[in-house]
Amino acid sequence: MKRLVHINDRGGHRDSQNHCSNKISNTKYNIFNFIPKNLWEQFSRFMNKYFLLIATLQLWPLITPVSPVSTWGPLLAIFAVSATKEAWDDYGRYCSDKEFNEKLVWVVKNGVKTRIQAQEIEVGDLVWLLENDEIPCDMVLLGTAEPLGLCYIETAAMDGETDLKTRVIPGPCHGLTSAQLLNIKGMIECPEPDKDILRFDARVRLFPPFPGDELSPLGVKNTLLQCCYLRNTEWACGVAVYTGNETKIGMSKGIAEPKLTAADAMLDKLTTALFICQIVVVMILGLAGNVWNNYEKDKTWYLRFPKKSEWYDFIVIPLRFELLCSIMIPISVKVSLDLAKSVYSKYIDWDIQMYDAVTDTPAKAANTAISEDLGQIEYILTDKTGTLTENMMIFKRCCINGVYYGNFNGDALTDQHLMHSVTEKVSAVVKFVMVMTINNTVVPNMSRENGRLTYKAQSQDEEALVQAAAQLGMVLFSKKGSVVEVNFLGHTMEFEILQVLEFTSDRKRMSVVVRDHSTGGLYLLTKGADETVFRRVRAGEPVQQVADAIDQYSQLGLRTLCFAWRDLDEQEYVAWTAKFNEASAALTDRELKIAEVSELLEKDLELLGASAIEDKLQDGVPETIASLRKAGINFWLLTGDKQTTAIQVARACNFIMAEPEGQLLKIEGSTPSDVADSIEGVLQTFCINNSENKNIAFVIDGLSLEIALKYHKEAFAKLALLIRTALCCRVTPSQKAELVGLVKSCDYRTLAIGDGGNDVKMIQEAHVGVGISGREGLQASRAADYSFGKFKFLKRLILVHGRYSYNRSAFLAQYSIYKSLVICFVQILFSFISGVSGTSLFNSFSLMAYNVAYTSIPVMVTSLLDKDLSERTVMQHPEILYFAQAGRLINPSTFAGWFLRSIFHLFYGVPAFGGVRQRRYLLHTESNPELWEAQWHV
Amino acid sequence: MAVTAVDGEFVRRLQKEEEVQRSRKDSRRPRYSKFSQQELSSCKPLLTPRCTVVLFVLVGATCILIGMYALYASWSVVELVNRYDTFCVMKHATSANPLTTNEEKSAYMKNYNKQKNCTITMEIDKLMTPPIYVYYQLGNYFQNHRRYVKSKSERQLRGLPPSSSELNDCKPQDTANGQVIIPCGLIAWSLFNDSFDFSIDDFSSDNGTIFINKTAISWKSDREERFNNTVFPTNFPNNNRTTLANASQIGGASLDENLPLNRHEDLMVWMRTAALPTFRKIYGRIETDLVPGTRLTVNINNFYNTYGFGGSKKLVLSTVSWVGGRNDFLGLSYVVVGCVCIFIGLTFMYLHWKHPRPLGDRSHLSWVRKNAANSRVTS
Repeated sequence: MKRLVHINDRGGHRDSQNHCSNKISNTKYNIFNFIPKNLWEQFSRFMNKYFLLIATLQLWPLITPVSPVSTWGPLLAIFAVSATKEAWDDYGRYCSDKEFNEKLVWVVKNGVKTRIQAQEIEVGDLVWLLENDEIPCDMVLLGTAEPLGLCYIETAAMDGETDLKTRVIPGPCHGLTSAQLLNIKGMIECPEPDKDILRFDARVRLFPPFPGDELSPLGVKNTLLQCCYLRNTEWACGVAVYTGNETKIGMSKGIAEPKLTAADAMLDKLTTALFICQIVVVMILGLAGNVWNNYEKDKTWYLRFPKKSEWYDFIVIPLRFELLCSIMIPISVKVSLDLAKSVYSKYIDWDIQMYDAVTDTPAKAANTAISEDLGQIEYILTDKTGTLTENMMIFKRCCINGVYYGNFNGDALTDQHLMHSVTEKVSAVVKFVMVMTINNTVVPNMSRENGRLTYKAQSQDEEALVQAAAQLGMVLFSKKGSVVEVNFLGHTMEFEILQVLEFTSDRKRMSVVVRDHSTGGLYLLTKGADETVFRRVRAGEPVQQVADAIDQYSQLGLRTLCFAWRDLDEQEYVAWTAKFNEASAALTDRELKIAEVSELLEKDLELLGASAIEDKLQDGVPETIASLRKAGINFWLLTGDKQTTAIQVARACNFIMAEPEGQLLKIEGSTPSDVADSIEGVLQTFCINNSENKNIAFVIDGLSLEIALKYHKEAFAKLALLIRTALCCRVTPSQKAELVGLVKSCDYRTLAIGDGGNDVKMIQEAHVGVGISGREGLQASRAADYSFGKFKFLKRLILVHGRYSYNRSAFLAQYSIYKSLVICFVQILFSFISGVSGTSLFNSFSLMAYNVAYTSIPVMVTSLLDKDLSERTVMQHPEILYFAQAGRLINPSTFAGWFLRSIFHLFYGVPAFGGVRQRRYLLHTESNPELWEAQWHV
Repeated sequence: MAVTAVDGEFVRRLQKEEEVQRSRKDSRRPRYSKFSQQELSSCKPLLTPRCTVVLFVLVGATCILIGMYALYASWSVVELVNRYDTFCVMKHATSANPLTTNEEKSAYMKNYNKQKNCTITMEIDKLMTPPIYVYYQLGNYFQNHRRYVKSKSERQLRGLPPSSSELNDCKPQDTANGQVIIPCGLIAWSLFNDSFDFSIDDFSSDNGTIFINKTAISWKSDREERFNNTVFPTNFPNNNRTTLANASQIGGASLDENLPLNRHEDLMVWMRTAALPTFRKIYGRIETDLVPGTRLTVNINNFYNTYGFGGSKKLVLSTVSWVGGRNDFLGLSYVVVGCVCIFIGLTFMYLHWKHPRPLGDRSHLSWVRKNAANSRVTS
């Protein structure tokens, strides 16, 4: 399906199309459907359904033992609280929507700029934006104030990245004046709305008299997406293509599925069991009651049973008992658990020891309902860059043309040899530095006040490279459209970037085609991962030399990149450009097609050398990993980095041990059978070595992983469960999520921790997602359940907060049920001595007092403040976590323990009840010693 | 006892950080408070074996002492119990009407014309000092039955018109002759109507008659709040049972229509329904000493029919102590619990003496044991 957008044609062709208005709506409810929809949602939970059933039964006065108010009151209160919370949240969303919708924007109507509300924008409208305006809908950029058709936008609201991104106007629009733009006419062919913010495969055609009466391609580079801000550009105008909730960001919005914790799931099961038990009890009592009636009815004159019995009599007694026993599953479980959990998550927010002073980031628990799951984590899947490491890249070493720089003093930038080579203008070195300077997406920014040059980059590596190049004498100081200005040792050089072959996680390399304005030479500059670059170099290049260097660097835990160069032939380039443009204009599989075409040009490369960038480990990482591992948690490292780098970092942070304590097994292969053999081999080795108490880990790369997940999922899962430590290198974001899913499917509680946009999927997939609010933007921490500034806080999050939460929730949930069981059992026993008639032993008031004052408040206080062991003890002996991890505190057997305890207290208490009855008077209800007894046991 | 203290080093670090933060104004650093950091001072007793043993023995000893005291108090209560229901009806048995089955007894009770009175004697063998409470005790009588418990109108007792749902609960004793019954319901209707007269000399002289004080035997709150002094029994069916036809319609006592409800002490006592099927209700107080050797003669009007459902009726005289009436359970349970505590304490002591373990011994921690087991396997 395609969408056709007629540019600037209000009232023309537009009637035939039914696009939604630009009114965005993030609200879940409206004023009419709020009550039914909210109620429907609340009643989708088993417990709520149960409570409603009970409350409804109570409306039948013939069977109700106590006043219905005692059930309806709390029930309505609970529903009112949840509904109010929902309504409040929704109202907040409504207000922000309204603000967005009613914001005034300039829109061109009949060639005149008019100010209208944002919600009145229609698809095809020409919207005029000024600097620092928020973009009201998804638009295709048509014109800007910049002569080269560029504009800058900030996408922080969309992906959390704070750098400025450049957007360009499509080819046909170049050179149009703003007066011309007011009357522009044309048509855009774009896909139906989707949520992929990195893809926009569309085409544009302008109608005469405007130039370019043919389809020209549009991509993400030409779009202005909703919620971004226009920066550093006086004005820009564009045509609305997606509006309202159909924008990219609107489509990707969604309310995340609530996560259910292991303890919650267990509690649900136990409650269901209890419900069945309750039904059985009710049937027995109902039967007994009917039998009693049959025998005693005519004798007990003081009860004066009616002579004629009604047809429904046999059902009345069981129903009465159902109501009497309904307290078995108390409303207070849900209420007090919800309350307690929200306090547990507040403890995390408030924790000073999890506050990172350097970045001024406190810990944040976005999900208030899952803190006890933290205490039951069995697998941690962690990202490497930015999570274990600082993500502060520093250019350390390089190897150019077989010469190692920076090997002696550990810093290539201060290596005299390198400086010397640069000033001597050794060809290979200059080329190398040129690739560093030009082949990137860095935007130089000259400050107007002090003339200082700063760089804004999406990739920390690129920034490090550009900075390093600047120190070496080649300063990138201006990027205007496709023209790059570089100051090399005092001379200004101008390059025109003709094509950018972008970096993708599949290609793992980036290239640019540039023309040197001074010489007119045409070059292809490439940088990328070694294996992809090596495959494309021309024969006879010193591949082995560079590979050795890269190996050496990886051993040191440095991140490596390969640099390559190619002098292009004019004709070849022209021929290739046609193909490239065709691929760029493709509406389907554009990325794939571009990748294919790119390969045609990226061949016969001249290998220049390799660079090594250091990424420092965060402090406390090895200790954190060591102690969490002692707590029985298994670690998997999922990284996009190379295998050797990953192994080095893993060694450095205690992740894997060197021989002889540890052993690293490799799974490799590029065909299904190779991988199968490899997995088999690893399994065998593992079985042989297992008895030796070694720390065995396996390492796998992205390609083999893909094959393994596709063809040998079972074998791989088996392996994954046997070997507790894994390194997965060169994995894509979706593979990360798939691995989380794999571990999850084996019934393990997983925690995923990461910091970048590429970790979002895995964070959302895992039982508990943790985000590090790092340099790669806030995407991960936004999607996460918990976020904080440093990896080392994970230890405290799990060992202290997770463990306490689990212990406390387990106690609270089971205690709440226990105390209800006690009072319910007393009631059941009483039934047998009250003619099985369903008399309530307790009146509404004493029931309420028992539930709220006597038993809820004390246990609530306990479960908010109780610390079974001090924080220090747990931190020093992480093994203590085993207990929580194995779910030893809430499971059928602990529950049976509580069940038996309630029976014991029943039989312990009831003789007391019988015993003290011979007081001067028999008090009616409140004198139940069970209450005191139960209290005493708190 | 060890009180967990906040780690000193950590506090110092905090203070240092705090200073740094103060210079930085709009910091997002969480505020420090003992509650938010979960550092509220707490008391964690260290339960060493010795401490545990001492604790158990002490608690046990205390329990036994309290139990003994309660038992002593209970034993000091003098209680006389006399079951009279069978005796009183059998007295009227003739060869024509042997009254052997419950049905026969019940039929005899329903006959308005039959003699129902009887005389029993009770020997005083211990001095009884006032107040001596006179109770009647019913057995197998379900005052706690759902039909029964609900069958009353609180509004009516307070002097308000009963609500329709209350009247519905009162059925079938809600109305008679089209008029609302006051007080309505089964409870009031089935009011206990046996009466007891006490004498120390066979009623041969008025001097021997013992006065039973029947005032202030109900709950004070009942007299003052629950039952109203402006409400008089009206249209009460038991009051119209003068004809032969009505006599067979069993039910309880009649109520004096000239007295307001809150002067009907027996009714107020009866309407505090009992929780168990065997229960005692107060009948009155004897306010003179009863010396040992006295032979009490009790004239009983045995009107109340418990024969049909196999219930029992007893007359009880009892003095009180601080534990209430004769009630050994409280004392016994204290003594038993005390003994169990001491037994547990001694067992712990024995175990500790037999298998001593130093404090802080870590060899039994699960993970230490697991590792030990592993190394044993591998070695």
